[in-house]
Amino acid sequence: MSGALDRPHRAPLRRIGPTLGRDPLLTGLIALIAATALGLLALQPAPYLINMVGQLAAFAILAVSLDLVWGYLGILSLGHGLFFAIGGYVCAMHLLAHGYALTGVAPDLMQFMGWKSLPAYWTGLTSAPYALALALALAAGVAFLFGLASFRSRVNGVYFSIISQALVYVAMLLMFRNDTGLGGNNGMTGFALLFGWPMGAPGVVTGLAVTTLGVLAGVLVGARALVASPVGRRMLACRDDEARLRTLGYGTTRLKLGIWCLSAMIAALAGVLYVPQVGIINPRILSPDLSIEIAVWVAIGGMGRLGGAVIGAVAVNALKFWLSAAMPEAWPFILSGLVLVVVLGLPNGLLDLAALRWTPTWLRRGGPLA
Amino acid sequence: MSALVIDNLHVVFGAFRALDALSLAVDSGEVRAVIGPNGAGKTTLLDAITGITRPRSGRILLGDTYDLTACSEAEIARAGVRRKFQKPSVFPALTVRENLAIGCGPECPARTRPARLASTLSETGLEARADTLAGALAHGEKQWLEIGMVLASEPRLILLDEPVAGLSDAETASTADLIGALRRPDRAILVIEHDMAFVEAVADRVTVLHEGRTLFEGSMTGARADARVIEVFLGR
Ligand SMILES: Nc1ncnc2c1ncn2[C@@H]1O[C@H](COP(=O)(O)OP(=O)(O)OP(=O)(O)O)[C@@H](O)[C@H]1O
Ligand SMILES: [Mg+2]
Repeated sequence: MSGALDRPHRAPLRRIGPTLGRDPLLTGLIALIAATALGLLALQPAPYLINMVGQLAAFAILAVSLDLVWGYLGILSLGHGLFFAIGGYVCAMHLLAHGYALTGVAPDLMQFMGWKSLPAYWTGLTSAPYALALALALAAGVAFLFGLASFRSRVNGVYFSIISQALVYVAMLLMFRNDTGLGGNNGMTGFALLFGWPMGAPGVVTGLAVTTLGVLAGVLVGARALVASPVGRRMLACRDDEARLRTLGYGTTRLKLGIWCLSAMIAALAGVLYVPQVGIINPRILSPDLSIEIAVWVAIGGMGRLGGAVIGAVAVNALKFWLSAAMPEAWPFILSGLVLVVVLGLPNGLLDLAALRWTPTWLRRGGPLA
Repeated sequence: MSALVIDNLHVVFGAFRALDALSLAVDSGEVRAVIGPNGAGKTTLLDAITGITRPRSGRILLGDTYDLTACSEAEIARAGVRRKFQKPSVFPALTVRENLAIGCGPECPARTRPARLASTLSETGLEARADTLAGALAHGEKQWLEIGMVLASEPRLILLDEPVAGLSDAETASTADLIGALRRPDRAILVIEHDMAFVEAVADRVTVLHEGRTLFEGSMTGARADARVIEVFLGR
């Protein structure tokens, strides 16, 4: 189809600041993350605060995973909650299996399901490294199958977004069923131990938050190296004109599939870190709203700049934490309002505010006498 | 030896025959112009050669033997076919140098890339703009950058769709010089253009396309004298 190639380009995408290579914003952000981790260790604030920082960091990892495919590759997933949930569910299974193995107290889930012992597919989940590997492999596997089917048949743009949303919805319906065997409606909770330590102990809470911050910093450093590499340039090229990139000899299916699977694994990692901090997982993590919200975080922060995703995830979720205590029913309206402000006024998200140097029009024209 | 053989090619869109039993052979070392009125099927021909549009029937051979008809876009490009699109198609978020680096192709060895980039930058006169974002270039510079992206991989078949559209007379003249300099015995160049003076300056032979069929093939002088060509195209 010549149509795809002969259509006019989008307005030249501004590369605000050096997005590839050196990026002072990102460097500053990584320093801030390190400082926060040190602050938590040194000052030992209230556990609920530490816990909140840890959860925000997990959301930031999730946002970065989406920014990699959306901001840099032009693939808008409205189903990233699926990969987040895969990480979360596998982690929950590990925590239950681990607690059961050490304490001998059967988790509620077993009574609820009427099991005498954990079924065969839980085998090995007492081991944390195995659980982590399983979470990443499952996320990558599901992403691979879905990506292969979509990218090979050249499902793109809004069609891909809709199908990804359908996928997460189907997964939610599946997990709501009790006979899926993962807690159904109730999900899984009552995690007793983490690496043998009582879950609520202050050291465990701080350890989880600091680990999550560390993983966030690591993911940012790795993602920056990726987007600054020749592969990163191909990602931008693919985002702006995939057909053109193919006619230059590049098989874009492989590129998209690789980055898509990587993104799914990062999202799963975020889920693994999130669940022990929030203490519960249930099918609502797979609700389409959450998956859409992830895209909203990235859009609000500024897509195509890794730092923007972090800022968006932290800003929106901090606001949500605060509001869901103060006035929960207002949240949907505030979120929609934020989206409108960004869509209408700040095409590059909150990062536009930083780049803004507002000068009144009459001054810019040289004053009324000019 | 032929660089490109098009054999009885049919491309249809619904009931519309965009290319109708088209046959065409371009020799190595030749610069061939394809001209014809709007909608004649010139761009569709390039779409078929580059794998963007699948022909209903017929064959497309590269260098007498290599069958491109069933290949993917990327495979065709890796076989040594590069194309400049009718609308300048550069990557706006990348710099000129990064665009050219992608133009070198996935198989270009890292050792030879810097030399290729340097020579392509000087051939296209874009050295001073090497670190500018392609999205910020002027129209003429984009056309030249896209030609540079085509050259950077040292292709054996170059397809140029209206390379001087929207260029000034001076830019058109230097583009004609550039195409002259690209001639090599082991390379064929196929140019689509509406600018007849430009075609006369660069092409060895012309093919006149009309409603998906070949109306005339031969020298530009011959085309100017051909009654049917005058009627459907040149005479208007
Ligand atoms: N994807 C498509 N679907 C339907 N019709 C198409 C498609 N692509 C091209 N056509 C039609 O095929 C015909 C040939 O188009 P083509 O773009 O090849 O013309 P052209 O010779 O390049 O003309 P121009 O000089 O205006 O660029 C036109 O009538 C066009 O409308
Ligand atoms: Mg055309």
